[in-house]
Parts: sequence; C-alpha cells; structure tokens
Amino acid sequence: MTRARFTLLIGALAAGLLASMTFAVMVGSVDITPSLIWEVLFSKLGIFIAADASKAQAVIIWDIRFPRIVLAAIIGAALAICGAAIQALVKNSIADPYILGVSSGASVGAASVILLGAFSMLGVYAISLAAFLGAIFAVMIVFFLARVNGRISVIRLLLAGIAVSMVLSAITNFMLMMSKQQGGIQAVMHWMLGSLAGAKWSNLGIPFFSLLLVFILLLMNYRQLNALLLGEETAATLGVNLDRFRIFIILFVSLLTGVVVAVSGSIGFVGLIIPHIVRMLAGSNYKLVLPISALIGAIFLVWADMAARMVLAPEEMPIGIITAICGCPFFIWMLRRKRYSFGDGE
Amino acid sequence: MMLQVKKMSFSVPDKQILNNITFSVQQGKFIGIIGPNGSGKSTMLKIIYRHLKQTSGFVTLYEKDILHIPQKKLAQELAVVSQETPVLFDFTVKDLVMMGRTPYKKWLSPDNKEDFAIVEDSMMLANVLHLENRMFNQLSGGEKKRVMLARALAQQANILILDEPTNHLDIEHQYQLMGLVKDLPITIVAALHDLNLAAGYCDKLLVMNDGALYMSGTPEQVLTEETLKEVFHMQAGVSKNPFTKKLHLFFYTND
Repeated sequence: MTRARFTLLIGALAAGLLASMTFAVMVGSVDITPSLIWEVLFSKLGIFIAADASKAQAVIIWDIRFPRIVLAAIIGAALAICGAAIQALVKNSIADPYILGVSSGASVGAASVILLGAFSMLGVYAISLAAFLGAIFAVMIVFFLARVNGRISVIRLLLAGIAVSMVLSAITNFMLMMSKQQGGIQAVMHWMLGSLAGAKWSNLGIPFFSLLLVFILLLMNYRQLNALLLGEETAATLGVNLDRFRIFIILFVSLLTGVVVAVSGSIGFVGLIIPHIVRMLAGSNYKLVLPISALIGAIFLVWADMAARMVLAPEEMPIGIITAICGCPFFIWMLRRKRYSFGDGE
Repeated sequence: MMLQVKKMSFSVPDKQILNNITFSVQQGKFIGIIGPNGSGKSTMLKIIYRHLKQTSGFVTLYEKDILHIPQKKLAQELAVVSQETPVLFDFTVKDLVMMGRTPYKKWLSPDNKEDFAIVEDSMMLANVLHLENRMFNQLSGGEKKRVMLARALAQQANILILDEPTNHLDIEHQYQLMGLVKDLPITIVAALHDLNLAAGYCDKLLVMNDGALYMSGTPEQVLTEETLKEVFHMQAGVSKNPFTKKLHLFFYTND
C-alpha cells in the first residue's frame, strides 16, 4: 500500500468515525439533529455559538450520549490493537486479546463483587476494580505457567491461557449456580456479555490514556511486531530481544485489555475479527495494521453499541451479543474468500 | 580472527549432539560446512547465531563472547538465512526485505532514502527485484529462498550464515546464488549438501561427522576418496572440472 493510499484510507476512516459518532448521538429515544450536536459540542468546548438546544437536550447530548459513544470508540480501538498485537505475539491467527485469561479473570472479579459483595466499601467502582484485579491476576498465572527456564514458550502461553480460563470460568459458574439472588445472576450475565451503559465523562480518562499509551508503544515497535511474524528464530537474528519484547507485549496488552474489560465487561469478537479485516484491506505490515485497526475497531463498536441501544429499546441488549451476531456472518464470508489466507502460507 | 568457535559442545538430555568443536574463520572467506544428515551442521550454525545455547565452550566474534553482545548489535554483525522461514500473514517482497533494516532502527525511526536504496540493491543482487510487489507466500520455494537472502543482505552484516542455501533452488539459481555469495566482500559460513558446489565455491571446508569436526582444509585437502568413503559412505572418484579447473566429484555404488 502506497503512502498516498494509506493517508487517504486513514482520512476516510477518521471521517467515517466522526460521522458514525455523530449519527450515534442522534439515535435514541429523544431525536436530535446533527447541527444541535455540533452546537452543544462547540459550546461545551468554549467556542461560543448561539445554541438552539434546550437544557434537557444539552444534558442528553453531553452527559448521556457523548461519553457512551466516546467510550465505545475507545474500547473498539483498544480491543482491535490488542488483538493485532496478541496475534503477532503468539503467531496465531485465532488469538484474541482474551487468550491470556483476561476476560475469565475479570469475570471472577466482577461476579464476586455482584454476588458476594466483595469490595463493597468502594461503591460503584468496586466492580471495575475487582474485574481489573481479576484480569491481571489471571494473566500473571498464565505468564508464570508459560515460563520454562526463564523463557516464555508461545505454545505454553496459549495452552496455559486456555487452562486458566477454564478454571476461572468454572469458578464463575459455580458462584452463579450457588447464588440464590435472581437479580445478581442476571447482573453477572449482563456484565459478562458487555455493556457501555455505565459510561460517564469521569470514567473515560483511564481507558483513554491507557489506549493512547499502548497504541504509541506498539506503533513504536511495529518493526519488532513484523519480525515476530517471521518466527522466533528469524526475529532474533533481526535483533529482536525476544524474551524482553514478549514480556513488554504481554504487560501492556494485558494492562489495556484489563482496563477495557473493567469498564465495559468482556466484549467478544472485536479483537479477533478487526485485525483480519484490516489485513485484508491493507496487508500485514504493523505500521499500517495498528492505526487502521484502531479506527475500524472504533467505528465497529460505535455501531454495535448503537444497535445495542436500539434493538430492544427501551431495554438494552448486551453489546457482546451484537458484536457476535453482526460480526460472525462477515467473518464467515471472509473465511470463504480465497484471497485472504488468515496467515496460512499455502 | 573474526569468528572463533572454541571447544564447543552441545547436548540434549540423552544425546551428545556436538562434541568439542574448535575452528576459526578469517575475514572475507567462504567457509563450507559439509557432513551427512544428523552430523550437527545446523545445530552448530544455530549456536553461532545464538538460537541455541551451547552446553560448554565459546563462540567469539572479534574476540568477544557472542553471549555478551546485545541482540541488536549481533544482528548488525551477523545475518542468517535459515532452512525454512514460514511467514504468518503475508507481506510484499519489498516489505519483507525492508525488515532486514530492523537492527538499525530505533523507536519510530522511519525508512529513509538510504534504506530504500539498500533494499533495492539487495533485491537486485538476489535477483528478486522483479518480484518486489508480489506477496511472499505466493512465491515458489526457490523464489522465497532468494527473497530471504535479499532480506539478509539488507542487514549489511559482516558475516552471512546460510543453512543449506541451495535447497529448493533450480540448477541455474544454485550456481547463481553461490557465485553471488562468493563475490560478496563479507565472510560466509554455509552448511552445504552438494559437495560439487562446495568444492567449486568454498575457500575452506569443515567436515562434520557424528557431532565432531572430522577434518578441515581446502576442498582439495578435504574432498578425497578416503574422506568420502569414511564420512559419507560413498564410493567416489575425484577429478577436475575441465572448464573451471575446480575439483569435481562423481559417485557410484558397487552393486
């Protein structure tokens, strides 16, 4: 892909993201026109424009819809770049950001707060904190299981991820089965399928800055990520310090995934499918894959969240169901195409 | 001495793979490593480029233990074309050869004019310039091999390590590759199976047998009827190629 085409694609996707976000703000139980959205945005940013918006409309736009849509974009971008990085780390095209046990660890944390009342002194942040701790705990176990003689073995990393995920899922299921509170069980189920309903301006900061940090760090190391795709032996002869680089990827990807899961629950499929779509569009060079994944992931999740709000309105559909139902047919269509090989050399 | 291997041994739990190997390589020479399957050629190369760690002994580069050279620095000194390089997901040939510039790049330093020039020269040398916009995984085995050679050349290292470089290549490209590699002003260490190619192009040959260094010397010193019988278990005749005046071997069996 030439530089000009890349710039054009990035520009088009950025415009698409803005348009999607604007449209997402318009959609809902209260109708809002696009001009109203931009008026409210500009007046909040301190640029004075004679605003036609009523007080109630301004609140809906600024305090309810905007943070949620911004969060959707952040989470989508984060999951997509984490997925892309993990696929290079384990050199496997079926990997996603949860393969190291993040989501099952987070589920245990969230379920113990909701069902057993752990961390209740922390109030509304209890679930997020417990989910984050659960995620990091799970990754740490996986990481230590995968180390042999001080080296991380990729196949052990994958298998340890599966094993730890299974044990932790069993613990969550056990808690769910033993629980007598119907409301709590439903809350856990809802949490596990993901939701962005809890978005507020005040809780966007950590996800945003985590995304920014990890995105920049990964992009700075795009050459190393590319080299990993040639196998560990060749990557090492290209000067990549494998042990250090793997720890670096595991650390930052788990951190970002942990944060994402803590605020939104485990939204599946985005981290698996988006990097593949991007490779089909732009090839495998991580210099392009990372920024394009971030934008397409963001757009995808903005639309998925819109659907989550609309399909059962006024009820909410868990967003994880939307991402799977909308993403799957597309993914299956990709599977049937001959031009994209999913990394299979033949 | 640029590259030295001293008393190197390597073993896995129930088998000794390499046994007390010592040799040295002079700047600019083309060293061929020959020996039957399982004699330890690849293992020795893997230790030299630090993919495996020896059980005992040293490998030194300019008198410095390679285990103490930072990975990036080592990659600037030593480039490798291994037997097979499976590539997950697909890259254009150009992008893949550009990866050879990785050891020279700091965080965020872009590909500059110099890199593009080096990449183009490397592709030209390895005769893959016409493939630059093709996808790597769609190439034939021989084309892939040459692309990997171009990638290694783009590393601009002082030592090039080749593990059976002529594998998968047609006869024309076998000779082309050996000729190209020989003309490079750098040191080459290559594991080779074709003894006539080894005789025709290498300055010095190391003969491996059963994990030990059986003998070493010029092709004329090493490739004798006795060695071929002893190490390769082949009846052979040794003569001269009338056109190149290089050693030429022919093989036969008694039955």
